[in-house]
Amino acid sequence: MFYLSLVMEYLKNYMKTRLTYRSDFWIEVLSDLLFNGLNLFFILVVFLHTRLLGEWNEYQILFIYGYFMVPYGIFITFFNLWNFGERYIVKGELDRILTRPAYNMAQLVLENMDPSSLFSALTGLAIMIYAGTHLDLALAWYDPIVFLLLVAGSVLIYGGVYMSFTALSFFSDAPTGITALLWNLTNYGRYPVTIYNTVIKLLLTWILPFAFVGFYPSAWFLDRANWGGFALLTPLVGLVFFGIALVIWNTGIKRYRGAGS
Amino acid sequence: MLNAYLDIIRIRFLMMLAYRVNYYSGIVIYALNIGAYYFLWKAIYGSSESLGGMSITQMTTYVAISWMARAFYFNNLDREIANEIKDGSVAVQFIRPYNYIIVKMMQGLGEGLFRLLLFSTPGMIVVYFLFPISLPADAHTWLMFMAMIFLSFLINSQLNIITGLFAFFLENNEGMMRMKRVVVELFSGLVVPISLFPDWAAWLMKLLPFQAITYLPGTVITGKAAGNAALQALGVQLLWFVLLIVPMVWLWTSARTRLFVQGG
Repeated sequence: MFYLSLVMEYLKNYMKTRLTYRSDFWIEVLSDLLFNGLNLFFILVVFLHTRLLGEWNEYQILFIYGYFMVPYGIFITFFNLWNFGERYIVKGELDRILTRPAYNMAQLVLENMDPSSLFSALTGLAIMIYAGTHLDLALAWYDPIVFLLLVAGSVLIYGGVYMSFTALSFFSDAPTGITALLWNLTNYGRYPVTIYNTVIKLLLTWILPFAFVGFYPSAWFLDRANWGGFALLTPLVGLVFFGIALVIWNTGIKRYRGAGS
Repeated sequence: MLNAYLDIIRIRFLMMLAYRVNYYSGIVIYALNIGAYYFLWKAIYGSSESLGGMSITQMTTYVAISWMARAFYFNNLDREIANEIKDGSVAVQFIRPYNYIIVKMMQGLGEGLFRLLLFSTPGMIVVYFLFPISLPADAHTWLMFMAMIFLSFLINSQLNIITGLFAFFLENNEGMMRMKRVVVELFSGLVVPISLFPDWAAWLMKLLPFQAITYLPGTVITGKAAGNAALQALGVQLLWFVLLIVPMVWLWTSARTRLFVQGG
């Protein structure tokens, strides 16, 4: 109940700041979509030159891409903590957070919430449906439920990996540019892992499991016979990685000492 | 005066040196990135020998070199300038006896040189041993490429400075900065070389400055453009460098009359 009222208050605040810089809001939505369009563009250009990627066709790759955007959009809405180290540690804003009664991570999430990114998730869903209609997929009655579970798992993986790397700011006093660099790797989870060599495949499956935010869960719909089992691991992997992240985060926050001034 | 600017390059370089651990891990991540790209392109090529006039080796080289060059020309001048405008510290810059825009350029250069020496060069050596890449052997092409990525740096910084200065007019230019980033990645040829674009899009790209950042130097180092074609590419870069000075200086001079500090 307490957290629910916090959510409402923060949402109100969000709307107010948005209305102050109105034109900027739409530019942001547009650039988010463009950013995702960048990868869509890549796929479309590539399929001008080839018929198959690995053994997958254009609509299958588009379907995976559409799926990928759904958890991605939801994740960005809630984990918009790109400048955590700079803003909260270097400038010391974390002190303010820690003196308040709500759980620190919850406050950070709410403070940086960015609902405009939900547009990306919707676009992804649209792309998925569009590509799906060209693929004559056999859907069962329970598939929408499975879909929700898979998306939840993917969001948790994103959140987990990202939170772990954000927590690095507690252990190293240098601004870590690593998160931004790592971020490029998410992209590769969107392509069939069969095309990679063992090292990258293992990395994308078990170490930075970005294949679980794109390829594996989509394969539940595309090729259930071969990949269904792997796809169903998504929620489990999500829980494990999010759990690890919480532990790292809580350990980190205990080490935190205010930074001067 | 020149000494002051050189000092600015040196200071930024040393500042970056303080955080060098980041960059060692960065090399590993870049190598992974290039690796993933390599396999992706390999799957795209499938059994075909060449796409858009590039062989798979040329494509791998293009990708590797483009990412390494990006480490040199990439900077966050747009954000730095926007922040200085928003918190008002830019006001001090108006009364200092140097040129703010040149100072920003020099800071970017210090950062770029740092990344070139401690990041791109060792990174390139790692990548060279891991993936089938063919680099030119003659000094002439390398000199040409060096000149070209220096121009890439200048053009990219100009675009960054222009975007940053918009904070004077937009109050909050966060969206615009994001937009610029996407546009540069897409239209510069970092994601897909422009020769693979459909004709109409390639035609459009050639009218914009962004191709001068990644694509043109990339064609020279992979040997896709040699001789006259290479000189022509250099000419296009020079042209954009000169053309972009105009909006940059105009924005800066007209900003002087518009400065208002939000809070602080």
